[in-house]
Amino acid sequence: MAFPRLLRQLPLILVQSSSTILPKNFSVSTAAAAIQKMTRVRVVDNSSLGNTPYHRPPRVIHVYTKNGVGKVGDRVLLAIKGQKKKALIVGHKMPGERMTPRFDSNNVVLIEDNGNPTGTRIKVPIPSSLRQMDGDFSKVLAIASTFV
Amino acid sequence: MFLGFTASVQCDNRRSDMAVCSRGLDKFATSLRFCRKLQLQNERLLSTSVCRPAADSEPPKFVPPSKPVIVDKTQTVASLRKFLSPEFVPPRQRTDPFKFFLERKDMIRRRKMLNIPEFYVGSILAVSMADPNASGKTNRFVGICIQRGGKGLGGTFVLRNIINNQGVEICYELYSPRIQKIEVLKLEKRLDENLMYLRDALPEYSTVDPEMKPVPFSPTGEFPVNLIKVRMRPKPWSKRWERPKFNIQGIRFDLCMTPRQMEGAQKHAQPWLEYDMLKEYDTTKLEQQILKEVQQEMSK
Repeated sequence: MAFPRLLRQLPLILVQSSSTILPKNFSVSTAAAAIQKMTRVRVVDNSSLGNTPYHRPPRVIHVYTKNGVGKVGDRVLLAIKGQKKKALIVGHKMPGERMTPRFDSNNVVLIEDNGNPTGTRIKVPIPSSLRQMDGDFSKVLAIASTFV
Repeated sequence: MFLGFTASVQCDNRRSDMAVCSRGLDKFATSLRFCRKLQLQNERLLSTSVCRPAADSEPPKFVPPSKPVIVDKTQTVASLRKFLSPEFVPPRQRTDPFKFFLERKDMIRRRKMLNIPEFYVGSILAVSMADPNASGKTNRFVGICIQRGGKGLGGTFVLRNIINNQGVEICYELYSPRIQKIEVLKLEKRLDENLMYLRDALPEYSTVDPEMKPVPFSPTGEFPVNLIKVRMRPKPWSKRWERPKFNIQGIRFDLCMTPRQMEGAQKHAQPWLEYDMLKEYDTTKLEQQILKEVQQEMSK
């Protein structure tokens, strides 16, 4: 008698319990200051390397700056899908100068060693301050959809 | 409906005339009488002379229709409220007040060139900014104001929006020469003085249409406070918003936290701080004084 009622309520009970007990499967590294070594990043172009799911998120393993901190426009070396790949930072969580955008994720675009982008389209807005380094990354800027 | 009926009568009239011409003359008289009757009816029915066939020789004088008065409700009016922008109020410190006086002078000079409207945290703004990297171009960004900061010439505000599923925030300097235009698209207040928790809320609460039209508001009197309470993403958040020091009213804590957890957060309360007389900073008199000064200078 009571069993069918329990069965009917089972999904409800499950939903309630899942809302109270939160999953603890997130990584707990600190919110990094801009981009440094071992920062997990989000690849925002449409290259197949950056978009196929993989059990490890892409991580920065080297930043090509003097002080080891990468900001918008700096090149980094990524460990992505068991390969080493260069990338360009196109936005980070840490607020930069005034009047420049701050993004909710650390965004990079995969580039070849000569500076050409791997993908053909960038899906998210790109800071317009990248335009001042037009000479090096004009092909990256050409595939951007929106600027903020 | 009425016009349509009269027009059809007119048509019938003419058609019957044509038909009569082809038939015999004996019927003509009766039909003519019939026609006249119809015409009389027409005259009774029709008030305008437009539909009348060329009965009178001279055409009626053209009377232009009165010009319709179109009230453009999308145009926002400058506010007439007594409002002092918060960056005018100097911070509580030992700096010489003369410094803030000089800064106010410069701020008023800038405000005479650029209209900085009244807005609050929670209002939706559109800012046009000169882009130094793309010559001669402007950059327009629409977003919800989540924070106001800075004092004097360094006053800032942060706009937040979600573009292509990517959260974007821009911190603008109010008195930067790069800013060309500040529009208020929706004047609104929220339950909190700081909406930084929108970073951890569901994206629909910080999404604003970039093509949004300005919502009209009354230039005088009060405007309603938006009492919306946002739903949050699952934890972890960037800050523990449930802690009493933030004193957040605009979050649905009942959906994401158990009563036990809320009780635990109350452990961090510091209720004695509000009775600390050394931390009191009453600016009401100062604000009145500065508002008077600003209004005098602006009217010059």
